[in-house]
Amino acid sequence: MIEQHLPALQVVVPLISAPAIILVRRHHLAWGIATLASWAALAMAVAIAIRVAETGTISYAIGSWPPPWGIEYRVDALNAFVLVLVSLVGALVMPYARVSIAAELPEEQEYLFFAMYCLCLAGLLGIAITGDAFNLFVFLEISSLSTYVLIALGRRRQALTAAYQYLVMGTIGATFYVIGVGLLYLMTGTLNMADMAERLAGVREFRPLIAALAFVTVGVGLKLALFPLHQWLPNAYTHAPSVVTAFLAATATKVSIYVLIRFHLSIFARAPALGEVPFREILMVLSILAIVSMSLVALFQDDLKRMLAYSSVAQIGYITLGLSLANASGLTAAATHLFNHGMTKGALFLLVGILALRCAGTRLSQLSGIASRMPLTSFGFMLAGLSLIGVPGTAGFITKWYLVRGSVERGSWWLAALVVATSLIALGYVWRFVEVAYLREPHAELPRAGEAPLWMMVPAWLLVAGCVYFGLETSFNVGYVGDAVKLLLRQGGA
Amino acid sequence: MNAETAIALGLALPLGGALLIAACHRVPNLREAAGLLTAAALFLCVVSLLPAVLAGERPRLSLLEPLPGIALQFQVEPFGLLFGLVASALWIVSSVYSIGYMRGNNEAHQTRFYVCFALALASTIGVAFAGNLLTLLFFYEALTFATYPLVTHHGDEEARRGGRTYLAVLLFTSTVFLFPAVVWTWLAAGTLDFVPGGVLAGKLSGTAATALLALFMFGIGKAALMPFHRWLPAAMVAPAPVSALLHAVAVVKAGVFAVVKIAVFTFGLDASGASFDWLMYVAGFTILSASVVALRSDNLKRRLAYSTVSQLSYIVLAVAVLAPLSLSGAALHLAAHAFGKITLFFAAGAIYTTAHKTEVSQLDGIGRSMPWTMAAFGIASLSMIGLPPTAGMLSKWYMVSGAYELRQWFPLVIIVLSTLLNAAYFLPIVYRAFLKDRGHDGPPHGEAHWTMLSALGLTALLTVAMFFAGDLPLALAAEFARR
Repeated sequence: MIEQHLPALQVVVPLISAPAIILVRRHHLAWGIATLASWAALAMAVAIAIRVAETGTISYAIGSWPPPWGIEYRVDALNAFVLVLVSLVGALVMPYARVSIAAELPEEQEYLFFAMYCLCLAGLLGIAITGDAFNLFVFLEISSLSTYVLIALGRRRQALTAAYQYLVMGTIGATFYVIGVGLLYLMTGTLNMADMAERLAGVREFRPLIAALAFVTVGVGLKLALFPLHQWLPNAYTHAPSVVTAFLAATATKVSIYVLIRFHLSIFARAPALGEVPFREILMVLSILAIVSMSLVALFQDDLKRMLAYSSVAQIGYITLGLSLANASGLTAAATHLFNHGMTKGALFLLVGILALRCAGTRLSQLSGIASRMPLTSFGFMLAGLSLIGVPGTAGFITKWYLVRGSVERGSWWLAALVVATSLIALGYVWRFVEVAYLREPHAELPRAGEAPLWMMVPAWLLVAGCVYFGLETSFNVGYVGDAVKLLLRQGGA
Repeated sequence: MNAETAIALGLALPLGGALLIAACHRVPNLREAAGLLTAAALFLCVVSLLPAVLAGERPRLSLLEPLPGIALQFQVEPFGLLFGLVASALWIVSSVYSIGYMRGNNEAHQTRFYVCFALALASTIGVAFAGNLLTLLFFYEALTFATYPLVTHHGDEEARRGGRTYLAVLLFTSTVFLFPAVVWTWLAAGTLDFVPGGVLAGKLSGTAATALLALFMFGIGKAALMPFHRWLPAAMVAPAPVSALLHAVAVVKAGVFAVVKIAVFTFGLDASGASFDWLMYVAGFTILSASVVALRSDNLKRRLAYSTVSQLSYIVLAVAVLAPLSLSGAALHLAAHAFGKITLFFAAGAIYTTAHKTEVSQLDGIGRSMPWTMAAFGIASLSMIGLPPTAGMLSKWYMVSGAYELRQWFPLVIIVLSTLLNAAYFLPIVYRAFLKDRGHDGPPHGEAHWTMLSALGLTALLTVAMFFAGDLPLALAAEFARR
């Protein structure tokens, strides 16, 4: 019985947790509710993913109004995969947040964080699960608005500017998205994605469709920090509370990329209009620019958080590059990197959060010799860093394999060369930390305290372990993704 | 113990040993005992695979499947077994040596040192037993990262700089050339397995196959083909046991091992249609120019490093000749050079520890205070030159015969010239040590600690023993070349 309603509960449980937290206000209780909701969301996401693998696409009609009139939640392999990623990271950061938030926020503000976090989680899960283009907009706004608050909770005053900057950009993005959806509604008379895809195949007036696609792409591009629409990201990631940065880096941009994939590869899959715009070429150029320029910028950052933030923009470039290849290998690379990079960056930001908690700051010069005081944190950072580089045996390698494979299959040797060469830039910035941490004399102001509490170490290390595990045992991040990619390509080919 | 278990143990023992060593970090004696025990157990485990492999079996083991259709897979064939034997046997010796060296020089971070050493050995065994290209790539890269902390052990500016060059060259070559080459092989052949006769026959045009071969040969930076050899001299900032076991045996041999393995089992030599001529010229150039640099280096370890660069290219040259006999020579040279070069590095480390001397020009008359060390040095030098009664003569003989069989004059000329150069940069050291008068610098000293002395004596003995009783390596090399 309850099994049938899992798709609705997936969103509803975190959503109603938010007002519940506001009602109780006590910080321990708030944490308890948020944690419970996160782990419940993870359990539901896994259950849904298993069911999708067994029985294929699940369709759920909200309020029993049948699609395409009512709102449909529609889960196939691709969004089941995204649901698992988002809820997994959400569940893992909660124990971490207990200590980290207590250290960064005044006690009376803590419940606000947990409430906003639950809203954000509900929004992200909603974006991933819904099969309705307007409903997606609603969830996009829920997640965005809560994200602005989450960022503004940062300890330093720059957090306010960062949140404001993101608010402006994010609002533009959401507006663009809704304009695009409006145009699509005008042309097809439907908001249901599956229905829209069918109807688009018959629409012969290209101009409004191209405009719609452009609006949606730019709007979503802002949310996913597609180069050059990424300006909000480095500041937001640097100044937000540590746990927020880790959560957002691992989930928010990934969900937006999912939306991009959904629009281009399934809603517009059979629309003749798509052939009229050189979308893939544009995406490829932007991806390459993102990878090269942002990797180089990351290389010259002194603050670890900023370095990782710029690296995120570059890594998003790898995902969109995979998309732009438009073959099975490229799409596999893109989809698997959603997960692989989510794991990797989540781990790295959690570890940086630990460093920020224990040390005077996260500038490289403040961290010299840190490995002698915090060996586990430093070693974890190095391992996750290896995954960022794409060393064999880590999740990042799997992505690199498919990206290079996809490039070679298209005959684009220069692209393969670009991918491998830029991964060496990642080696450069990861190794700056390794040298500082291991091969420098301990800094005079380094604390004597040593490692952070287990509440923080265990989640961080679980993600680090994930970076290695999903580089060796890939039945989920390659096998499951393979199904999703096959489905996408079938939609395009049919 | 069946063969599958032995393979799994071969990987698990050094890993477990690393944990054990880390656990014993408070009690140095116990820690060193754990290291020695692990090394001995690993050696026995590798030896236990001998009968089956000599009988023609090729034991296999598959673990995970990180990419669909490509498993982490191990397969023991004669050449891999020979490499595994050499590496694990010399690990025992160098563990003994390390005890004397690390304590004699009051080195810091000794636990980290021994742990990384064990990890490096685990990676080496992984390379030796790799059953396909992906597995080889995994352990090849693991070896780079496991040895980085050893190279930068001293943690000063010089170590950091050396470490940077080390990582940059090795990872640049493996990421930019080797990795795409593996992907390309997978796309062209549909398999990455090591198969006698290769997997590329008829799959690529001659030009494409040659390009792929070039990607592989330059991609394996550990084989130190010029111009990607700079990491090896840079790695000499490491403590002597590291230079001895890792940068004369495990790491560099993993490089040439991969070169041979890929040339034979992926390309099937010329069956793939690839041209090997250019490789002969590159290897020849590397041999001669590295020898010239060695001749001009006054720093002893640097001279030895360039000598290694040159000697590694012998093996590449022998493969490029494409004759079965020279292939045997390549396999033998892997063992012969290992025994000789580790002795030389052991000796250099012993000199550094007792006399604190690093330059060749400081070694006048040192043979009088350290006769055993310098005698071992002399024997190993003979092996480097290729004179009897040492192992180096054996391998060179096979390489020369292979080249002569096919009337290939270029490699013959190279070998003759480089033999002269080898003699020119090794014999003066022996001459200085024994026949020149002792300089006046430094206090008097005797031989090094017995742990170091026995280690370098033993490896010198092995160099001679392989000449007189080289049945086992010969059998493995012949079995390998027969394919």
